[in-house]
Amino acid sequence: MRIQCPCCGERSLDEFTYYGDASVTRPNAFAPTAMSDYHAYVYQRDNRDGDHRELWYHAAGCHACLVVTRNVRSHIISDVRIAREVARERDAAALPGSTS
Amino acid sequence: MATTKYSIFSVMREALRGHTGWRPAWRNPEPKKAYDIIIVGGGGHGLATAYYLAKEFNQSRIAVIEKGWIGGGNVGRNTTIVRSNYLLPGNIPFYELSMKLWEGLEQDINYNAMVSQRGVLNLYHSDGQRDAFARRGNAMRLHGVDAELLDKAAVKSLVPFLDFDNARFPIHGGLLQRRGGTVRHDAVAWGYARAADLRGVDIIQNCEVTDISREGGKIIGVETSRGFIGAQKVGVAVAGNSSRVMAMAGLRLPIESHVLQAFVSESIKPFVDGVVTFGAGHFYISQSDKGGLVFGGDLDGYNSYAQRGNLPVVEDVCEGGMALMPRIGRVRLLRQWGGIMDMSMDGSPIIDRTPIDGLFFNGGWCYGGFKATPASGFCFAHLIAKNTVHPAASAYRLDRFATGHTIDEKGMGPHPNLH
Repeated sequence: MRIQCPCCGERSLDEFTYYGDASVTRPNAFAPTAMSDYHAYVYQRDNRDGDHRELWYHAAGCHACLVVTRNVRSHIISDVRIAREVARERDAAALPGSTS
Repeated sequence: MATTKYSIFSVMREALRGHTGWRPAWRNPEPKKAYDIIIVGGGGHGLATAYYLAKEFNQSRIAVIEKGWIGGGNVGRNTTIVRSNYLLPGNIPFYELSMKLWEGLEQDINYNAMVSQRGVLNLYHSDGQRDAFARRGNAMRLHGVDAELLDKAAVKSLVPFLDFDNARFPIHGGLLQRRGGTVRHDAVAWGYARAADLRGVDIIQNCEVTDISREGGKIIGVETSRGFIGAQKVGVAVAGNSSRVMAMAGLRLPIESHVLQAFVSESIKPFVDGVVTFGAGHFYISQSDKGGLVFGGDLDGYNSYAQRGNLPVVEDVCEGGMALMPRIGRVRLLRQWGGIMDMSMDGSPIIDRTPIDGLFFNGGWCYGGFKATPASGFCFAHLIAKNTVHPAASAYRLDRFATGHTIDEKGMGPHPNLH
């Protein structure tokens, strides 16, 4: 398995550190449902077969955190993006009018 | 079907008549329309559950449903080690129950599972690690489990060929559990299957569960690739695929699936007597009765449903092996394979009811599932039959993550790839 880093090009797996499921996002700590939201965020996972969005940190390279879309059965990687950009787009979509 | 009781006499009788009298060890029945209890998953845990349900809890009309063939999953893919050298109160009584069941297993199921209490030795390489092992050994002894803290000289007399004066990780001693050892893994699946079948359990192979059928919040059966099968109670024991199967009932679990690799070398003469684990990296080794060195190490570390691993971990495991016992450097690797683990969020298993009436769950075994097989089956059968939790498995609740009662043996936090 090799990952195509947007900054460094295709690199071996052992340059990266795995940070887990990228589909969960930190919930609002002040919501009335914060207790169960955080339980789901910290502990519960869909863990589906097929495409999985996950975080990889390029520790022995550019130090970018990446959102990688990988099929967990075939290990075929269909998409690699810089995590910061993914987060900014997500936040912009969640808060209309916001730019950051 | 009359099945022969296995004994020295049956072996001699068959030897005299050219082994023409052996019969299949279990039937291959067609699924009935309905059962009282269905166990999903014909691995070690599922078969053990069915056996103890029939034997200890006097249940009948039981079926085990397996998508492939029995014993073709993780029970045939592990490194066969059994031990009960745990630290936390939620774990020790459970794994010790398992150890005791292993000790009586072969007589109980009339099957040679090659239970071999050859000892499990965990090495320590620093003063701090020695203290941690002394604490673990004390915790074990307080629970009535055998543990011996060995110094360097004592380890040297047991396994003189280790690299004791390794410049980076010198060996200072080890924690030994003499009652630990290895068990022939396939024989565990076959032995439980035969014993369960003899008590009337239907083992249905090549039958994949495709849906868990409910009506008004209660279980009514399972849809399978061979049609609907009714049931009052369904127990799911499919570690590796727990999230996929339980998603059929709309449940989301505190589990990720990860791949763990294992290795076996060519056969060599007797070399490693017991089980030895490296304390400075993750490497464990034993020698099978056939002569192959069986060893393994860490998870690959990323979510996977592929039963194969990647090369960086192969390299890491072999480096651990070379640091521990440089002698194995010239032994050739024969086979290497991967199995899919249910990695739970605290590294400990789950045996519990679910919010759905009649649906029971057994999973999250991480990579400690094999040694737990008898106790897992026993406690799961207790839960299904009596609808109450067995005392030895009372900590393995599904809701422990919400209530803050996690059992984090390794102290890693909610990171399944690090347990």
